[in-house]
Amino acid sequence: MSALLARLIANRLFWPIVMLLVLFTINLIAFPGFFTVTLRDGHLFGSLVDILRNGAPTLIIAVGMTLVIATRGIDLSVGAVAAISGAVACSIMLGSPEPGNPATVAVAITVALLISLVLGAWNGFLVAVLGIQPIIATLILMTAGRGMAMLITEGQILTVNSPPFKALGSGFWFGVPIAVIIAAVVFAAAALITRRTALGMFIESVGINPEASRQAGVRARGLLFVVYTFSAFCAAIAGLILTANTAAADANNTGLFIELDAILAVVIGGTSLAGGRYTLAGTLVGALVIQTLVTTVYTVGIPPIATMVFKAAVVTVVCLLQSPTTAEALTGFRRRLSIRAGKGVAAS
Amino acid sequence: MTNPTDPAAPVVEMRGISITFPGVKALDGVDFRLFPGEVHSLMGENGAGKSTLIKALTGVYGIDAGTITLGGEQVSFSGPAQAQASGISTVYQEVNLLPNLSVAENIMLGREPRRFGSVDWRAMRRRAAELLAGLNLDLDPGSLLGDHSLAVQQLIAIARAIDVQAKVLILDEPTSSLDADEVAELFRVIRSLKEQGVAILFVSHFLDQVYEICDRLTVLRNGKLVGEYLVEELLRIDLVQKMIGKELTVLDDLEQRARSVSIDESDAATFVQATKLGRRGAMHPADLPIAAGEVVGFAGLLGSGRTEFARLLGGIDRADSGELSIGGRSTRLRTPRQALSHRIAFSSENRRDEGIVGDLTVRDNIVLALQADRGWARPIPKKRQDELTQSYIQTLNIRPANPDALVRNLSGGNQQKVLLARWLAIAPRLLILDEPTRGIDIGAKAEIQKLVFNLAENGMSVLFISAELEEVLRLSHRIVVLRDRHIVADLENDGLTVDSLLALIADGSGDDPEAPDAAGGPLLAAAVPTTPATPAPAATSAPTTPSDPTTTDPTGDPR
Repeated sequence: MSALLARLIANRLFWPIVMLLVLFTINLIAFPGFFTVTLRDGHLFGSLVDILRNGAPTLIIAVGMTLVIATRGIDLSVGAVAAISGAVACSIMLGSPEPGNPATVAVAITVALLISLVLGAWNGFLVAVLGIQPIIATLILMTAGRGMAMLITEGQILTVNSPPFKALGSGFWFGVPIAVIIAAVVFAAAALITRRTALGMFIESVGINPEASRQAGVRARGLLFVVYTFSAFCAAIAGLILTANTAAADANNTGLFIELDAILAVVIGGTSLAGGRYTLAGTLVGALVIQTLVTTVYTVGIPPIATMVFKAAVVTVVCLLQSPTTAEALTGFRRRLSIRAGKGVAAS
Repeated sequence: MTNPTDPAAPVVEMRGISITFPGVKALDGVDFRLFPGEVHSLMGENGAGKSTLIKALTGVYGIDAGTITLGGEQVSFSGPAQAQASGISTVYQEVNLLPNLSVAENIMLGREPRRFGSVDWRAMRRRAAELLAGLNLDLDPGSLLGDHSLAVQQLIAIARAIDVQAKVLILDEPTSSLDADEVAELFRVIRSLKEQGVAILFVSHFLDQVYEICDRLTVLRNGKLVGEYLVEELLRIDLVQKMIGKELTVLDDLEQRARSVSIDESDAATFVQATKLGRRGAMHPADLPIAAGEVVGFAGLLGSGRTEFARLLGGIDRADSGELSIGGRSTRLRTPRQALSHRIAFSSENRRDEGIVGDLTVRDNIVLALQADRGWARPIPKKRQDELTQSYIQTLNIRPANPDALVRNLSGGNQQKVLLARWLAIAPRLLILDEPTRGIDIGAKAEIQKLVFNLAENGMSVLFISAELEEVLRLSHRIVVLRDRHIVADLENDGLTVDSLLALIADGSGDDPEAPDAAGGPLLAAAVPTTPATPAPAATSAPTTPSDPTTTDPTGDPR
């Protein structure tokens, strides 16, 4: 029994899931109808659905971020890329005579996603070819990207009236929010592509030991290009959802600080910032923890001015529970306890 | 007996030490003592419990049973810092210092002299200079640590260790990355510390070094104490048998076979032909043909170009001059990937940094190169991966035999076998092995040597590099001698001896192997044993006695 428990605790998903359950419980106490999901007008409604829908952009970005972090990198530019993709899509739709036409929307989305590929390749170029440290390389686009979005929107908040586009953010498909479906598809695609092919192993291998991987014939350069491009692609999808949600492209505020939430989701999920082994399932739990936190703030009624402090406190607790030092201290404590118990038996 | 002090008063005494890890009894009732002013060696194969015992002594691991006394008082350390404060200092194999700080800062880090609350830089440099002078090291304390060679960094680590009034100094594999004259310098420092009454625990895989510097040794096997011996009373062959617990006949056998089979140049096709292949700052342009099924040995000192040239052949570094033809076609190798696609595999001497991928499993490490060659989109089916892994675990005797174990948790010898499996999995036509047997135990060493031999018999070419000339002589059909980044000789392994190789390495006059005096005295003697398999406390003497090389087997195997 205790062996089973020890194995459970040793699992790196253990503490994030515990955290999530604790947050759920708090919500349930504050708001007894928390778990209730109802079907209204053929749409699913409820707090859990809200958490999933509002957490979708963070999750999508965190999926891309997980792979980047697994290669020992980091991508700070995702928020800016999200803003650019929203700005591009909105300006295209505004420039066309029929913003509500599905064809227009399709063109706008396609162009926005293609531009994100170019932006991701730029990050990949800086990191893989020029060898710039990822944090610096992506910092360039993080700051410059907002400026580019500003140029595209010409400093305005572009409000667009296009029902098909708005559906991305707030629509439903078979009762499920479209944003959630998109996130599920991105998540599943990333998991399948990296784990059913050798890509995941190569990513981990390069993250753990780049030189050994090179000598074993792994094409690290191409791999970095792929993960940074994929990260930007994810950011663009998230940016479109965020923009569609408000039906407005705001160069300054779309996806602001979302890179930090995404990095947090990855870390809470148990993927080390030092690179190497990654877990997309952990990232999913991490993203849910972060979004549930935000919901908790509202259901429990924490004043908005204390929100950031509350969030920081929870994140600190999760990180503490996961740190190797804490784990060691806990093991040592358990060991002493069992030795003492053993001695007591021997003495009696 | 070389122990100068009263043997009744050991500074460290460990009694009945037991440590259990989940599923493994790492130490089982081991006794160990250490006297002031002696150099004591802890011997045993990988996994015998040497490092566990050291970690028990330094407080890294808590002990489950037994007592530790230090200077007559029973102690129980809760961590390395506490052990250090009590006078037990450790210098690990990998230098754990900060290359971007000065030598003085590194020595005094964490205990900087203070003045009015801020660091007293002048006192710090003075103290560091005193310590360096105490070790007879002529270094500027203000220079950056990273600007010095690894050997000097190691000595600086020792200076740091003895600053805390060390009564006990533990040196864990201090010589594994040093070349011969650096080892001599280290030994000089060890001797002077010994005279000051410091008890030194010296762990090394090199038997010659143990016999040169140590007074006493303790042998462990499978977590149990085999015995404590005076070095001068224990024959090498007896030591080896105590360490491995069985007699080694494999190597004998190999040697007979290697010498009887020799490649007939006329019918063996040349697989790789390097013509004036070189790289500025690494290797002067040189020629080298390697025939199919041939084992070519590289002999030379560290920095002679032996590794550098091999890296060019393996595509690890790019050659900037000359030509390489593989299977008769002129080729330019830009990346290891290209070399691998020509079925040339390079196994680095730097296992940890350039070989294993520590946090991946044994299975992933074994299939990595093969998978990289197939590309990411064509994954090797899980079943095939398991078959491959299982077959290599069995043929190479990899322990633990668990495909899902993380490679980082394996012993050095088993990591090396996993690496070999990775290269063998791509079915190489040329396998370049740079120091494949360094830092691994004798049993694994014999297995790897045997493997090399069998591979060559099956038509694979092998380029074999080792600092141990006996090993090169035992396995190679042809031996290429390098010195100062030049190839100075290229000889059939026919009638060559350690002494004649030494002469070539030393002065490169291929036509005069009878000039061993020029071999440079202590410098080479420390690297290569030339005295027979008897205790050799005076191994620093010049290799003037041309002895039968078969008796200088590093395993101490008698014939």
